[in-house]
Amino acid sequence: MEESLTKRLFVKGNEAIAMGALEAGCRYYFGYPITPQSDIPEYISREMPKLGGQFLQAESEIASINMLLGASACGARAMTSSSSPGISLKQEGISYMAGSECPGVIVNVCRSGPGLGGIDASQADYFQSVKGGGHGGYHIIVLAPDSVQEMYDLVMLAFDLSDRYRVPAMILADAVIGQMKEGLTPHPYVAPADLATKEWALIGGGKAGEQKVVKSLYLGDGELEAHNNKLHAKYAVMQEKEVRFEAVELDDAEMVVTAYGSAARIAKTAVRLAREQGLKVGLLRPVTLFPFPNVAYKKYAGNGQKVLCCELNNGQMVDDVRLAIPTTEVVFYGRAAGAGSLPTPEEYLAQIRKHYEA
Amino acid sequence: MNHDVFIAGFGGQGVLLIGNLLAQATILEGNHASYFPAYGVEKRGGAATCTIVMSDTTVGSPVVGEPEAALLLNPLSMEKYYGHIRSGGFALINSSLVEDDGSSRDDLKRLLIPANEMALEIGDARLANMIVLGAYVEYSKVVEFESIATTLKEVLPERNHRFLPMNQKALEAGAEFCRQALVG
Repeated sequence: MEESLTKRLFVKGNEAIAMGALEAGCRYYFGYPITPQSDIPEYISREMPKLGGQFLQAESEIASINMLLGASACGARAMTSSSSPGISLKQEGISYMAGSECPGVIVNVCRSGPGLGGIDASQADYFQSVKGGGHGGYHIIVLAPDSVQEMYDLVMLAFDLSDRYRVPAMILADAVIGQMKEGLTPHPYVAPADLATKEWALIGGGKAGEQKVVKSLYLGDGELEAHNNKLHAKYAVMQEKEVRFEAVELDDAEMVVTAYGSAARIAKTAVRLAREQGLKVGLLRPVTLFPFPNVAYKKYAGNGQKVLCCELNNGQMVDDVRLAIPTTEVVFYGRAAGAGSLPTPEEYLAQIRKHYEA
Repeated sequence: MNHDVFIAGFGGQGVLLIGNLLAQATILEGNHASYFPAYGVEKRGGAATCTIVMSDTTVGSPVVGEPEAALLLNPLSMEKYYGHIRSGGFALINSSLVEDDGSSRDDLKRLLIPANEMALEIGDARLANMIVLGAYVEYSKVVEFESIATTLKEVLPERNHRFLPMNQKALEAGAEFCRQALVG
């Protein structure tokens, strides 16, 4: 094994995403710079050409998402990355990718909004990410890393899931996870043995007289309904098979804190502090935001436990938590992001104490 | 091992660089560290802060509300963050720029260090950050000085290796000052 793939490195979360994508065989990147994710195109612009890949800084976010659609239709592993306002611009293209069943990875290192908002860490784009940010009633796969290592690992998973289901996949991160540095142990990418080759891709090679078509336009009687039902059947399969979450100290927990991404990191320390004070508290961290780990909530928080949902927004994922466990009491603690608005573990601990004893 | 330190100053003082060195040296020694920066959109002159959490197990929150130690390099940082330091903790105050001597609190160990003057004495004003880092490492013993030196050599492009001896001198000067002048 190459030394560069075994040594523990000290890198930014954004760099880890770029490294993971290259290792996973991504050879096309289209993007447009925006804080706090510009380290991704910076890294890829330097390293991808060395691997024979194509880095392209497009004239806009809209152009780059449509280039991603094109590369994907030709069967390539390709990605784009941006941050909230840029991701809004990409939504039309993402909807077309979802409709055309084009895989591909979209990274959103979320900033605080709405509008131009700020460059600070925020989870304000949860709804946009998991509910289908564009038109037409679709979903994309949404993965939420909480460490630099997971930025690397989950971008590989994003490519695999996206290719397997022909559904676009998003990495939803924020300025904390993107900008922070931690130890990263890179590892070689191993493609799942059962991952099918892209017979549908528009690169020729089909049987004579047979057309390959990648499209989202279905005009015939009943065609579109059948197509939409097919898409939603895939979402149901993913719900069954692809849910991922982390359970910390949940077996005897009387209170379940739930959070994802950087909020989960803050919550991990809060839970440790609570345990030190003798409180039976654990953490349930969704890794897949879509498909949402309903099953985990039923298992760990559906038997009389109290749930505290912490987010860096005014309350979004908490809706899905409540849907997953309708008879459980779910309280919410959020800080709407912006400069100086990052919550601390001590703050979360105070919320735990308040609701634990109530 | 479980330590955290908050470093604050204005852009250009090298706050983020010493935060990086500290975290990377921690990882070099086989422990875990997170380095979380926050800075303004300006290249120089804006506020620059970073939080480093160092541990022999996985790091939980990279965000710390009440740091165990704070290195405050300019007056604004002193004003904004001095009150946040955990009781029983450590404050390093750059007395070259900060007038407040921190005597309003008696629950901290304090080090008033004229980092800018000391840096000029060694030969370059830009060494003030390394003096501060040397003092903190001497106080906290979170990493070996040798790990800082190795890390510095690793991150510095070869063409700048001629500056290594000066940086080493600055680290040592900071450490020596800490041994002499720690209050509380």
